[in-house]
Amino acid sequence: MTDNPEFQNASGFNRRTFIAAAAGTAVAPLTARGAGSASDNLSPQDASLPVNATLTVNGGNKSLTIDPRTTLLDALREHIGLTGSKKGCDHGQCGACTVLVDGRRVVSCLTLALAAEGQQILTIEGLARGTALHPMQQAFVDQDAFQCGYCTPGQIMSAVACVKEGHAANDDEIREYMSGNICRCAAYPNIVAAVKQAAPAILSEKG
Amino acid sequence: MRPFSYQRATDASSAVQALAAAAGANDVLTEAAAQPLAGGTTLVDLMKLDVMRPTAVVDINPLASTWSAIALDGGNLRLGALARMSDVAANSEIQRSYPVIADSLKLAASQQLRNMASLGGNVLQRTRCSYFRDVSYGNCNKRSPGSGCAALEGVNRSHAVLGTSEQCIATYPGDFAQALIALDATIEITGKSGVRSMPFAQLHEQPGKSPHIETKLVPGELISGFTIAGQWPRSVYLKARDRQSYEFALASAAIALDVEDGLVRDARVALGGVATTPWRAHEAEALLKGQKFDDGLAQRAAEAAFAGARARQHNAFKIALGKRVVARALHQAVAMEV
Repeated sequence: MTDNPEFQNASGFNRRTFIAAAAGTAVAPLTARGAGSASDNLSPQDASLPVNATLTVNGGNKSLTIDPRTTLLDALREHIGLTGSKKGCDHGQCGACTVLVDGRRVVSCLTLALAAEGQQILTIEGLARGTALHPMQQAFVDQDAFQCGYCTPGQIMSAVACVKEGHAANDDEIREYMSGNICRCAAYPNIVAAVKQAAPAILSEKG
Repeated sequence: MRPFSYQRATDASSAVQALAAAAGANDVLTEAAAQPLAGGTTLVDLMKLDVMRPTAVVDINPLASTWSAIALDGGNLRLGALARMSDVAANSEIQRSYPVIADSLKLAASQQLRNMASLGGNVLQRTRCSYFRDVSYGNCNKRSPGSGCAALEGVNRSHAVLGTSEQCIATYPGDFAQALIALDATIEITGKSGVRSMPFAQLHEQPGKSPHIETKLVPGELISGFTIAGQWPRSVYLKARDRQSYEFALASAAIALDVEDGLVRDARVALGGVATTPWRAHEAEALLKGQKFDDGLAQRAAEAAFAGARARQHNAFKIALGKRVVARALHQAVAMEV
């Protein structure tokens, strides 16, 4: 977990750093076993061995040693320590794990981490600029667009992409194109309001 | 999930070699030791459920640079198999000349899944039958041949009424395939010995006595593209489901018409959500062709489409619903301004 700045800089224990530290302990034996590599040629490899992979997350490279079964979601949460992306159903049905890969929203629970090598991964942790919230984050606060908050990181990542795709022209279109993100608290009206609030600021950004 | 080796294909020939090398001579495609990974939205899901158990996964996404083109050329359409559902749905030429394709893709899944899922993987997606997806049920002829079918006397509200057998009533879940079969699409298949093509209508196999055999593809073969001759601006995809969005069809219809002065010159009718495979309703088409369109004709065509339907305990409503979907979709197609 040495590549997790949140852990390195933690001045004391809070819930999140404690859980991250525990996760780090749990994965340590994988690293110690030594690693093969996810080869670009098609040479057969031992399926029981972990492999080396480099993921580009929120603009920085993370070198990992992972089991090929590791999903992008588990790589983010358990190996890199970015616990913002949430595991809801783990079957691509709820959207809580939504992240952007090369600018496109995907469910990270059905994405193999190895298949995401070489792509730009953006998670909820990479959205704010310093201490300034992203317009979509601010809109969710302003519009009270959540209750328990568990689906919120996925909702926000999905909403950012929804606006950039040009699918936030009206309430119906927002509802249709946000349907992959389930909110068990049913904060849907406020989520629609948040997407509408943030859309102009996001669309006026360059790039 | 069971352990597997991950291999990244660099080109088509290395991909099919790797897939074929791991396969036994009698392997059924869905049971093959090596499985191709494109969007992963079916494969990774079913691997987590222990329904699919490959020992090798061959990532074919690097082939997208050559296999994802959307090309309208001389009035014909070619779609690369690694084109993503969302990109094809958003293509303005597809929306204009093939609305049935754009809508079948747009009305499926969620935008996240459409961003991931490839067209080739989409037509090969596995049934959503809950007994197939839950390995704690021992009786599934699709998962373990000869074990029986828990759905026949089980909760079968979502199951098929057309193309069923005493061994399997699992519904083909997709939407895009109905558009393809309605438009007489051809698929291009890349294998070890080169490229072959096949009418899309021949790809899927009805369950019969061997529900575990779902397609005519063999291990080591990949769908590389789809072609459609001509354009079908007067076409619609209508989908009835339990929720308005992000849900599989209970009944759907892909309709393409050629209508002049109220006369139906050509008609294509395909059904989704009600059959074990992508389903072309030839009987309905025969009734429509050469006739003046009115509501009576639409109703008769809808009746003909479901003439061979056979319901189980919980899914008889699909026959009534399916007929209404066909009739309404025909009206919508006729009313289109093209």
